[in-house]
Parts: sequence; structure tokens; C-alpha cells
Amino acid sequence: MSILGTRVMRTEDPRLLTAGGTYVDDLRVPELTGAARVTFVRSPLAHAVITGIDAEAARQAPGVVAVLTVADMDDLPPPPPAPAGEPPPGSEAAPLPLGGPWAEPLLAVDRVRFVGEPVAIVITDDSYLGEDAAELVSVDYEPLPAVPDLDTALAGESLLFPPAGSNVPLTIGAPADPSAFDSCEVVVERTIVNQRLAPVPMEGRAVAATWADGKLTVWVSTQNAQITRFILMGALGLEMDAIRVVAPDVGGAFGAKIGADRDALIVAWAAKHTGRPLRWTETRSENLVGMTHGRAQRQHIRIGGTRDGRILAYRNEVIQDTGAFPRMSGFLPMLTGLMAAGPYDIGRVETAYRVAVTNTTPISAYRGAGRPEATAAIERAVDLFAAEIGKDPADVRRINLVPPDKFPYSSGGGAVYDTGNYAAALDKVLEAAGYAELRAEQARRRERGDVLQLGIGLASYVEITAADAAGGETARLMVHGDGTATVYTGSSAHGQGHHTAWAMLVQDQLGIPLEQVTVIHGDTDLIPFGTGTYASRSLQLGGSAVRIAANDVKEQARKVAADLLEASEADLELDTERGRWQVRGDPASSRTWAEVAEHAGEAGLAADANFTEGQPTFPFGTHLAVAEVDTETGKVRMIRHVTVDDAGPVVSPLLAEGQRHGGIAQGVAQALLEEMVYDSDGNPVTATLMDYAIITAAELPSFELLSMETPTTANPLGVKGIGEAGTIGATPSAQNAIIDAVSHLGIRHIDMPATPVRVWAAITAAASTAGTNTGEGQ
Amino acid sequence: MKVTVTVNGSQVAAEVPDRTLLVHFLREQANLTAANVGCDTSSCGACTVLLDGRSVKSCTLLAAQADGREVVTLEGLASEDSELHPVQQAFRAEHGLQCGFCTPGMVMAAVSLLEENPDPSEAEVRTALEGNICRCTGYHNIVRAVLAAASERRPS
Repeated sequence: MSILGTRVMRTEDPRLLTAGGTYVDDLRVPELTGAARVTFVRSPLAHAVITGIDAEAARQAPGVVAVLTVADMDDLPPPPPAPAGEPPPGSEAAPLPLGGPWAEPLLAVDRVRFVGEPVAIVITDDSYLGEDAAELVSVDYEPLPAVPDLDTALAGESLLFPPAGSNVPLTIGAPADPSAFDSCEVVVERTIVNQRLAPVPMEGRAVAATWADGKLTVWVSTQNAQITRFILMGALGLEMDAIRVVAPDVGGAFGAKIGADRDALIVAWAAKHTGRPLRWTETRSENLVGMTHGRAQRQHIRIGGTRDGRILAYRNEVIQDTGAFPRMSGFLPMLTGLMAAGPYDIGRVETAYRVAVTNTTPISAYRGAGRPEATAAIERAVDLFAAEIGKDPADVRRINLVPPDKFPYSSGGGAVYDTGNYAAALDKVLEAAGYAELRAEQARRRERGDVLQLGIGLASYVEITAADAAGGETARLMVHGDGTATVYTGSSAHGQGHHTAWAMLVQDQLGIPLEQVTVIHGDTDLIPFGTGTYASRSLQLGGSAVRIAANDVKEQARKVAADLLEASEADLELDTERGRWQVRGDPASSRTWAEVAEHAGEAGLAADANFTEGQPTFPFGTHLAVAEVDTETGKVRMIRHVTVDDAGPVVSPLLAEGQRHGGIAQGVAQALLEEMVYDSDGNPVTATLMDYAIITAAELPSFELLSMETPTTANPLGVKGIGEAGTIGATPSAQNAIIDAVSHLGIRHIDMPATPVRVWAAITAAASTAGTNTGEGQ
Repeated sequence: MKVTVTVNGSQVAAEVPDRTLLVHFLREQANLTAANVGCDTSSCGACTVLLDGRSVKSCTLLAAQADGREVVTLEGLASEDSELHPVQQAFRAEHGLQCGFCTPGMVMAAVSLLEENPDPSEAEVRTALEGNICRCTGYHNIVRAVLAAASERRPS
């Protein structure tokens, strides 16, 4: 029996549970002996001109090795020329910054554009002294009018990049066609907010670097060692073989550690510049303003259809707040447009977006990266439409889901969905949740006028994983003379459990027990080529590469075993239960992997694979959330969460469920609690974990996960990505549940996060307009 | 000042600046790096250790406050080669960890919880772990692990 699909405990865990992981701050390698500490001096203002920096007092402070500003950066290569024309939509991995007038420096040059922007660094013997000395660096600022939000950005009175002449680097998509909704009997539209979130991996950003014998070695908390090396090559003007990047244990990432950002580049540069080994581990307060944020879209949605529930037209117009620098250019809203239509068969779909800069922390990928925003918009739109025509939202969904006989399906957003059975996922969730009984209980509470009202929220979704399928992923597999195996993978684990899953794939094909399979990732000296982990790409690309390398090794071994057993290759078989080669039907002839590998001699048993997919894959599912809303206080309690997340055949149920759980929590967190808030001067007011309402165990129920497996044909494993399903499905289902709980009061929408004050305000506003019901919440 | 702490059964003595936090004493002087620093506001619990048997956030205490007292860190529960503590075992069996960064603190908080309340309900576990943040697991399997460890400890 294959090990695939069985509950295997993780090989990573004994170490993590006894000694703890080895994150950047835990590294005790000889190269970092005596490493000095880096402390950043960051801008306290959202928008200002720098008129002078006086670092003399800091240089005289105890323990200070150096204080470096942009004036010291005289050894950098010239910036690359501005790209010609409109930038192409890239992958999440590609270095996307727009360049030209929008270019982002390393240390600030003469202007700061967000609170937290790096202005100088202090190098000290220890971090306590670094904090002291950083306070002594005196920076003169001339404040400029801040652009804290989209409205101020679009007004264009204060420009972040005056030579660009605008705060809007990109405008994509056609203006609305006034005739698009002509055939609709009912049209609903409104503006909704997909708020700015902080990723908050438990380990913040961290880097250690040393320059020795003409080679830069950088240990960095990243999702992509090879991409980081590529970025360093450009930033520091070094050849590929002059850089080694190592990703040690990484304490969570969620898209915010793709490659390396300017802070990491500054530390690497400083190590080379000073010749001292350096280490930087950011504080949480630094992390909340310095690490990229996610989401931050304002969307105008318009949906129309027939009175009996058929959706005929949909438009989603996005304004993407990209923060102070357009690091992702239009990539995130491009994905939002691509997935705009969700799982629905809609005849007319229009999308458009604008990207605007503001004096806030730059925006980048955060678990889902553009797709949660698409799903949140269409799932709100479907509920608004259902409410308008007075139909059950489950029925409206079922009427409009792409039917199973229409795959591959070209969606209105422009994507080609590979495989799916969307209505089956919906029905499975409704049945397991006891939908009819939940509605009956809701009716009883409404009838009684209970203080605690019940809401049921649905979200059916389809998402895109491995959007850069053609980018592929690498694997190298070796079977050694002692019968053990080593996998070198281009994928880059940061909690997902790749080491266990890749070993399971090897055991499945070769019969080498997973305990004897070592998996190595994230070291560019050992794995020169690879992409790493983002966009739920690892299993389908990196895992498939392991499968292909294993098959290659198997065929090599067959030849060697044939020689060893003096039999023809065709007569040989591999018993994958025992991990032994034998003449077919003759177990007495069997030889171990060690014997075969030994017999292979110098050539050994080794294979390289680079697997690319012809197309991305499209996982789908339905989430149902049940919320209880206290109508007197506005307090929301999530009481159930039931999901189908179909990402094809499940290699490791344990790991897949873990991915779903974590995503659901982050998704519910957006609906309920989390928001990065700025005041009117561009000051972040949620810059510590005392203020940023990160979700805890106390705010969540246990989750009810259902199984469904619809394979894809895009890869040999038949799998799709599961890493982001949770944040895509959970957020709108939770938001819809909260609104559903108070919909009988005339409330149609409450923006996220549905904090008690917001929910209470919506209820109060609805009560004051009762009788002249406008259908508007707040 | 000189600080002497019994850490996982061994005495660790070092001359440290007065303002040294216990978590940095453990990481730098005792070279025990399991306890992590995940925030600067005592919010996340990644640094949780036992001080004289009760869980504390070691970023919230000065090393000096632990002078002459006993600290147990994750490393003190069991070594990689020995039998795991029931809470460690339950975290593994129930997949209660992913990236592992919150784990050293989460496990110690769970050990302390079960000392105080050997038979907690799910709601009690969730409330008790409110001060320990995990960004990977959604807490689902952490809660299951703590309940499983509790049931393991109960005489059948």
C-alpha cells in the first residue's frame, strides 16, 4: 500500500519540539563568531525631506562599530535603466518594482515616504547598545503634506514622486461599458474595502551576512534562497558565484518573505562594506511598519441579473493602495481581475484597476495575494444580489456555479479553470453543516427577538495556484551506497512540512523508508537553481520534480540491478513495500538499495529534474461560517466553520489539514479583527501587537473539514495547491455570516474588520432609519 | 551584575548588564535558543519558560529577577534522543506545530496549564492560551494536542 494519502507524523518535529528550530538569530556557525549587531534608524515621519544627518554623537557612543548612511553607499552599481513601456504582468517572484521615477533606494537618499523607512544603520557589539546609539543619530526632516490614504493620493495635491507627476503609476482596463448591464432586471452596486493587513510571521525579518575571500554569504529568513541571490547580484553588482544564500529554519512567511527586501540588502551590503560579520533581527514594532503589508484594495462592485437568480453581468473596479513604493506594480490587482468572476458562469465580466502610492508601508503578497480580494468582492456581490431579489444565497450560488461538464472553462476574468465540481462542494458543505436546521434556528431567534442573533455565511471560491507554472521547480535525488537517499529541492519550506512530504514521495516510488530520506533546501551552494515557495506551488511543481527524479533513479537502478542479478531489465521489479529489487516472482533473488547503489560504482544513482507545468491549477471549494452577533454590543463570536477545499489528491492529510486550518484562522482574522490603521498624518497606530488585533485561540472555534479530491492533469501527481485556500474561502464566509446575522434589521453590508464598534454602529444606524429602510448599513 | 540561575537543572552564572532580559540571558549566556523573541510587548508568548514551575514570559522579566531561582526551558523537557514529554508527544501526534517558532513557548504554556488544570475543557484551553500567538496552525491542532495530553495524563 502506498504511503501517500496516509497520516504520517512529521520528520521535522522531534528537533523543533526538543531543541527548537535554528532560525537566523539562533545560528552559532563559526563564520558568524563575533558578529556585530545591526540596528536601523527609521523615519518617524510619513513624508519629509531629509536636510541633514548628524551621526557624530552616535559614533562616539559605547560599543559602536560604525554608523552608515546613504553617503557611505559609494560602492553600489548604478541602478538599472527604467523599463520601456508598460511593465508586463509578472510572477510573484519576479523583481517587479517599476523603476524610473518610482525607483526605491536602499537607505533613504533625500526624502522619506513612510514611517519605518530605513535612513541609517548603527553597527554595535550588542543589540542593547545598538538601540541606545540609534537614538543618538540626529536626522533633520522638513515635513511634507502626508498622503495617508487613497482619496488623498488620487487628489494628487501632494506627490510622493514629483518627477512622475502623479500618485498613480498604473491604470489598466477599459472604462465601464454603460450597456453591459442592459439585460439585467436587477443591478446592485457598492464600494467595499479589503483592508490593509500585516502578515506577522512569528519570526520577523532576520539576516546574517559575512564577506570573506571575495564571497558574500547571507543567511536570511526567506521563502526563496535563489531569488534572494538574484536580487543581491543586481543590488550589489556581484556575480552569481560570489554569493551564497542560505535559508535556515524560517519562522513563517505568508508571502511577505518572498526574496529579500531593501532592509536585508542593506545588511548584506554593510557586511561587505565593513568586512564585519553582521546580524540583524527585527523587533516586532519594526516588523509591523517595515515588513510589507497585504491586501489594501478599495473595490467598486456592480452585479446584475434576473429576478429568478441568474447573474448576467459583473464588474469589479479596484484601486490598489501600493504603499510608498510600487514594489509589486500591478501584479496583485491583476490577479484580482483574473479571478474576478470566481466559480460562476457569468456572461459579462469587466475588470479594471488603478495603482496608487501613499505614505504608508509598501504592499506586497500576503497569503493569497490578490485572490482573496477577488473572492471577497464576488462573494459579497453574490450575497448583495441574493438579498436584493430575496433568494437564499445558497440557491443563487448553485444556479450560477460553473457546471461540471463545462471544464476546461474560460472564465470571464480571463483564466482557464482546469477541473472542478463546484456545486458538489457547495452541497457537501450545506449537508454537513445542517444548513436547513441552521436557517430554522436563525428564524426562531429572529422570531423571539434574541439578543444573540445567528448568521450563516457562504463563500464558494475557485483560486489559481502556481500562477507561474512555467517557471517550474528543481529536484535532485541521490541514492547512496548505504541505501539512504538525499533530496535537494528548489522548494523552500517555512513550516509547511516539505521535508516529510518529499520523503513520502521518495518512499512511495522507491520503497526507501522516509526516515532514511534526507531533504535539503535553501542553500544556493548546494542547490544552484530553484525558485522556492509561494503561490501554493511547492507540491505541484517541486513535488512533481521529486517524483520525476525518483522515476529516473528507478530506471537507472533497474539497469544496475539487471547487471547485478544477471537478468534482463524487463524481468526485474522493485518491491516498494520492502525497498528491494528482485527478479519478477523470485523474492529470494532480492537485493537492497544499498547493494544496488554500491554496484552502481562511481557513477552512482542520481537524477536531476526540472518540472514545469503547462498551466496553473485551480483549486476550489466552499466555506460556511456560523456567527453569533450580540445585537446590544456588536460583539461577534464565530461558532462554526465548515469547509470543502478541493486541491486534488491529498499526499499528506496531516499537512493539508494544517494548511487549511492556518489559512482559515488568518481569513477569519481579516473578517473579524485585523487591520493596519494609519492616522491622517500617516502615522501607523497599530504598530505593536498590543494594538494590531492579531487573532488568538480564544476567538476561534474548532474547524470542520470535509474531503473532496478532483485531480488536475497539469502534473504527474494530479495535485493543486492548498496553501492559500483558507484565506481565500474563510474571509468572505465569515464576513457574510456576520452581515447575515443582522440582515433582518435592514443591514446589507459592514466593512471588514467587523469590530464590535462597527457592527454596533451598523445596527444603530439601521434602527434609526427603520421604517424608511434604505438597505444601507453604514 | 552577576546573575546565577539554575537552568534545566544546571547552574548558569554570568556577569551581565543590569537591564538584561531573562530571555536574552537564556539565549546568549546559557546558549539555549529554543525560547524565541516574537514581540516587544509581552503579547506573543514565544519566550514562555517555567520559573519555579510556573509559566512566565521571559522577555518580561529581568535576568536579575530570576537570580537564585529555577528556570525550565523547552530544552529541559526532553532531549531529541530521549522519550518526549507527553505534551511534546501530543504536539507531534496532533500536528500542533508548523514553522516551530511559537512552539517552545506554546509547549511550556501548555505544560503549565495542565499543572494548574489537569482536565481542561476546550474553551478553557483556548482561554488559557490566549497569550500565546501562533500564525501557522489556526490553533485547531494545538488545542487538540493539549486536550490529548491532558487525557494521556489522566489515570484511565
